[in-house]
Parts: sequence; structure tokens; C-alpha cells
Amino acid sequence: MSLTELEFQAHAAEAAPEQAVEGRSQWQLTWRRLRHDKVAMASVAVIAFMVVLAIGAPLFARLIGHGVYQAFTNTGLSSAGIPVGPGKHGFLLGTDYIGRDLLVRVLYGARISLYVGILTTALATLAGVSIGLVAGYFGGWIDSVLARFIDTVLAFPFIVLALALAAILGPSLSIVIGVITFFSWAGISRIVRGQTLSVKEKEYIEAARSIGAGPWRIMFIDILPNLMGPVLVLATLYIPTAIVFEATLSFLGIGIPAPTASWGGMLSEAQNYYQVAWWYVVFPATALLITTLAFNLLGDGVRDAMDPRTERIFAASKKRGKRKGTADPGALPSLTVSELGE
Amino acid sequence: MGLARFLVRRILTGIIVLWIVATGTFFLFFARPVQIVARELAGRAATPQIINEVIRNLGLDQPIMVQYWHFLGNTAHGDFGFSYFTGEAVKTILAQDLPITASVVVGGVVLWLIVGLAVGILSATRARSLFDRVSTVGVLAGISMPVFVLGELLIIGVFLPLNQHGISWIQTGYYPLSQGLIPWMGHMVLPWITLAAVQAAVYTRLSRGSLLDTMGEDYIRTARAKGLSEARVIYRHGLRAALTPVVSQLGIDIGALLGGVIVVEQVFGLPGLGSDSVQAIATGNLPVIIGFVLLASVFVVAANIIVDMSYALLDPRVRIS
Repeated sequence: MSLTELEFQAHAAEAAPEQAVEGRSQWQLTWRRLRHDKVAMASVAVIAFMVVLAIGAPLFARLIGHGVYQAFTNTGLSSAGIPVGPGKHGFLLGTDYIGRDLLVRVLYGARISLYVGILTTALATLAGVSIGLVAGYFGGWIDSVLARFIDTVLAFPFIVLALALAAILGPSLSIVIGVITFFSWAGISRIVRGQTLSVKEKEYIEAARSIGAGPWRIMFIDILPNLMGPVLVLATLYIPTAIVFEATLSFLGIGIPAPTASWGGMLSEAQNYYQVAWWYVVFPATALLITTLAFNLLGDGVRDAMDPRTERIFAASKKRGKRKGTADPGALPSLTVSELGE
Repeated sequence: MGLARFLVRRILTGIIVLWIVATGTFFLFFARPVQIVARELAGRAATPQIINEVIRNLGLDQPIMVQYWHFLGNTAHGDFGFSYFTGEAVKTILAQDLPITASVVVGGVVLWLIVGLAVGILSATRARSLFDRVSTVGVLAGISMPVFVLGELLIIGVFLPLNQHGISWIQTGYYPLSQGLIPWMGHMVLPWITLAAVQAAVYTRLSRGSLLDTMGEDYIRTARAKGLSEARVIYRHGLRAALTPVVSQLGIDIGALLGGVIVVEQVFGLPGLGSDSVQAIATGNLPVIIGFVLLASVFVVAANIIVDMSYALLDPRVRIS
């Protein structure tokens, strides 16, 4: 343990008034509020369900007895060669255009969507936080260059780069991950940079500097924990964006290449079967919508739970009294996430 | 004048950005082994003779810097080469596609701004009302909705049933505006809704939050205190400042808009810039892709300049510098 932290803790202990009230960290308070948020908890359940489906996809496929690439040309297609509907011939959600089981495809699609969504968000968060911290902490020309770069990336038409790369290298999973990550970190960087600019002026940072802490130590050990709240909210809201991004690229044929099952790719194949196979559109679309909606609702819930000033519009009329009880603004650090209300 | 100087400087930086994009595009596409480039430019079924001819015609055997110079010169004249399927000049293809894409974009942007701002303002001025709550739910659903999913659901849920029941005004595909306003709108209404819905949700949320913040400012209290009507306070004093974040968001969204247009064209079978470039990817038609990338960059740069200018005009606190 370093001197910085010891000093900081000693200072905190001195400053804390003697009180019988149990102290709670910001995280404990956030969790308490989040737990009472029914919409957010339902979203967590839906996301958990999706994760289980995604991880267990090979298992479910074996239970059903239909492989993900297995085309049932006899039972899976009608005599006219069009997909069979839900519930027929043992295909719970019907089949796709070459007679593959749509249910198994949708389950495998969840793997790709969640994998890409979570991985790219993690990579983008890592890059975004690092670049934002460096820009905000060092300031000067480093900040000017990085801020300019962030603005450029934010304004760049991502689809154009994705098109160009897919044209040259051919579509692949790694290009999808690279493109999504490249266009996601900048938003996080901008928020982190702004917060760093204000946090670095606080006294405890000056104290850390005065006892000889280096810039990297100050950035990642003293400043970063203060920014975890907004970053967590942003990351939660970036996952559905990344999932939609992947689905869009796959829909355009520049994302996950066939025959790998992806929701966007399935919806692209379904385009020729609107009139004869509604299930081909409706089931992948529903899976996609439920997933993105759940992540968006969870992100909103986390944001509301972290910001003591937010009153949830849904809950405002019913729970106002209760909320005031749990959300004591004085007990929380001054950092809020209200800037995130995009 | 400050404005004129600002404009000149923005245009100059815009040209530099375009030069960077063009250079990047050139090296991305051409700085590879000559044989590969020639084969791609010549098309899939090219014989060795055709490939050699392509190398000679395009000067691919010359040093890379000479090629680069030619490329810049041609690009500056709007000459992007020829599609190797139809032999048509890429310039002509882009010019044909432009009205279609413009139809989608202009209608879509107008619709999304009207809906987004109107719903946002109504929600903000009636915070916590039933309308506000319904719109909040709608916004979340809209944000979670991928553009192409909405488009496909509209085709299945609106276009197909209506046409089965003999109502054929709403159509997919393209119909030129010059041949009639009403049928043109019939073909465009679903693409517009699709393009606008997701963005309208974002703008509703943004304008609602921004207006609520603005209404808490001191100068609004001053405006109320001097006895102005509430409508005047909101629409004359509040809204103007509240619009600045909306306008700057519009600048950021131009890139996303381009993505949306490509998807919308693809879903509704509109033969515009977007679907042609996606098709060009599928067939490996490089000149068309290069032309599209460069044209798209011109639009993004131009739109950003316009957005910056209106930003300065809207909010007197923003100084042009």
C-alpha cells in the first residue's frame, strides 16, 4: 500500500463524523436502488436468459436433434421449395430458405450477437478510458490532438469504412469487431476526458502529486475509480448499439459471412421470403429487439440508480416518498452521471 | 466579416480532410500488388489479355507516386473510372443514383426533425404527463430498433396487407418525382418512416432533456419575471438555446444517417447510392466503391460546415472562431 492511499484513508477517517448510521459506498447505494427497480431487474433476467441460450446453443441443438448448418431438404422445405412454418415437421419456429431449423439458427445467432456486443464494448471501453484519461490529464497539445481525433472519429461515416474494408479484405468476424470497436471508443473517451478535466483539479490529486505520485499512477489509481460510474453506464448502453451495429453489417452482407448464423444475416436472407414466410423475419427480429431493449432498459436503470437527482419517470408518481428515503444526496460523492443523458 | 472568414477557413479544412480521405482510399485500394488490383478492376471473368490491357490503360505499371498524382487529378475532376460490368462511367452511375438517395435523405431528415422536436418539446413542457410517459416508452423502443428490422416489419405489417386489400398507394421501389408528386410520396413514405423513426427517438430524448435544462436557467426566470407569456418564454427564449445541442448532434449523426440510408435503400429496393455500393461490394466492383466513398466524404464534410454555421447562428453565446 502506498503512502498516497494511506494518507487519503487517514484523511477520510478524520473527516468522517462519528455517527451511528451505517456508512454505504456509492456502489452499495446504487445496487440498493437498482434492486428496487423492477424494469431493470426484469432486463437483467432477460439478459441472463439470453446468455444461457447463447452458451447452451450447441446443447439445445443436440436436444432438438437439428444441427445449425444442417439443411433438411425433405422435411424442412415444402414441395414448392419454400420454408415450412412454425410447429410443422418438428420445427418449432419453422425453417429458413434451405430448410435449416430456424430455432437453432436463432440460438446460434445469440452467440454471435452477445459475443460481438460484449467483446467490442470491452475493447472500446478499455481504449476509450485510456485515451480519455491521457487527453484530460496531460492537457496541452496532447489533448488538442486527441480531442480533434475523437471528434473526427465521431463524425466519420462508419459504414463507409466498413464498406471499404469489406471490399478489400472480404467480410469476416475480425473486421466486424475491429470496425465496431474503432467507432465506439470515441464517445467514451469524450465523457472520460471531460470528467478527468474536472477531477484532476481536486485537492486530493494535488496531494497525490505533491508526495511524488507519477502521472500514470494518478490517472489509473486516483482518478479512474471516480469515473467508473459514468463509464459503467455508457458501457451498458454501448452493448445494444454494438449488437445493432453487427446486425446491420451482417444484414448488408459486409458483416458475419454466411453460413455462420447471425440475426442480421438471417434477416437479410429473409428478404426474398416476405410473402411466404413471416416467421423468417419475425423470430430473428424479435430476438434482436428483446436483447437490445433489455440492455437499453438496464443501462437506463443503472444511470438512474447512480444519479441521486434522477427521478424515474415510471416510478415517480408511485414511489416518490420511498425514493427520497433511499436517495440521500448528501451521502453521495459530487460526481453525477447526468451528462450521459444523450 | 467574421462569418466569411470562418466559412473560408472551414472550406479549406474541409478540402484538407477530403484530400486525406482520398489519399487513404488510394493507398487502401491501389497500394497492393499490381496483378491483384488489375484483376479486381478487370472483373472476375477477365482473361490475362484483359488484365494486361487494364494495367496498361490505368497506368498500373507506373511508379506509385505517378499513379497517385493521376488519381488525385481524376478525382478532382469527378472522374472515378468505369464500372466494369456495364462499362458506364462511375460519374454517370453516381449522378443517376443521387436523386433517389436525396429523396430518401431529405424526406427522412425533415420527418425525424419534426417528429423528434415536436414530441420532445411537448414532453418537456408537460413533464410527467401521460403523453410524456408514453413518449418515453416509445423512445426506448425506437432506440432499441435496428433500422432494417423496422423496415422489414413495415413491409410485412403495412405494405403487404394494404396491397392485398387493394390499397396500392404505398409501394416499394422507386418512382421519380418528376412523374408525379403523389405516387412519389407513396413510394417514399415507408422509407421515410423507417429512416426517421430511430433518429426521431434520439432527438426526442435530446430535445426534451435540453429544453428541461434550459428552462431552469436564470434568464428564463428573468423572461418570466418581466411578464412574457409562457408560450413566448418557451418558444422564443427557451427553445432557441435548447436547440444548440440538437444541432450539434445533427452534425455527429450525418455519418450514421449515411448508414441508415444504405440500409433503407437495401430494404425497400431503391436503386440509390447505398444499394448500388452494397451491390458493388458483392460483385467486387471497385471503381463504384471508390466513387461512393469519396462522394460520401464530400457530403459529410459539407454537411458539417453547414451544421457549424447554423450552430453559431442559433446561439449568440457561441462565437465563431
